[in-house]
Amino acid sequence: MRQRQASQGTRRSREFEAFVAGAAGRLLHAATLLTAESPDDNPRARRLLTLALAHTYACWDRLRGEDPYDRARQYLALRFAHGAWRRHGVLFGGRTHPDSPLSRLTPQERLVLVLRLYEGVAEQQTAALLGLPTERVHTICDRATATLLHPPRGAAPAVVGAKVVAS
Amino acid sequence: MNRAQREAAVRQLMERGAPQVPADLYAEVVRRGSRMLRRRSAARRFMWLLLFAASVAFVVWALTARPWVEPPSTTTPPMTGW
Repeated sequence: MRQRQASQGTRRSREFEAFVAGAAGRLLHAATLLTAESPDDNPRARRLLTLALAHTYACWDRLRGEDPYDRARQYLALRFAHGAWRRHGVLFGGRTHPDSPLSRLTPQERLVLVLRLYEGVAEQQTAALLGLPTERVHTICDRATATLLHPPRGAAPAVVGAKVVAS
Repeated sequence: MNRAQREAAVRQLMERGAPQVPADLYAEVVRRGSRMLRRRSAARRFMWLLLFAASVAFVVWALTARPWVEPPSTTTPPMTGW
């Protein structure tokens, strides 16, 4: 009995290690985009990723055929949403690094854009996850895309100002 | 520029510069994850213990106080001297 449990434990840890090896890179990239940090210096993104993967580890036995990647991504997104709300508010961009491609967007715009376009989550699922109406997700996504592709003049000083205030 | 082209451009923008995954990530994740599991099972054990203690306390109280026995009347004086 104990032997069976032990072998189950090693199988479980092997499976989880394979999952982490496969998913960590992409999830870390997504987290770095969310926190708008530079790819070389991303403590917040690493922390988010560690928490999300630890949560996935803790509910690994109760997944019952659900996609662990999906679960980790959901946890990451929600954790980021709550953290952004608590720490910086929706209006402030928080500390963004100018190296990040999304540094000009608000946390909510980054969240929607990363879920919709980088991760390819459907509009309805994004809306359900974030508790927003589908039309709102659509609008935010459009606006963020427009801001990224056609940067408004005078936006860069605002980001620098927010950075000074936040730090 | 239509919608699909815009989305493709943004995707391309986001795909640039993948960060390096830290080497000790797996160990840290397992450490935190097993701590979460341990805490959860400790909380569950504590809840069961609390439930057990509460039910034992209730049974002891019920056996000593006997709330189902009709209390002696305090309004009518006992009839004596018939």
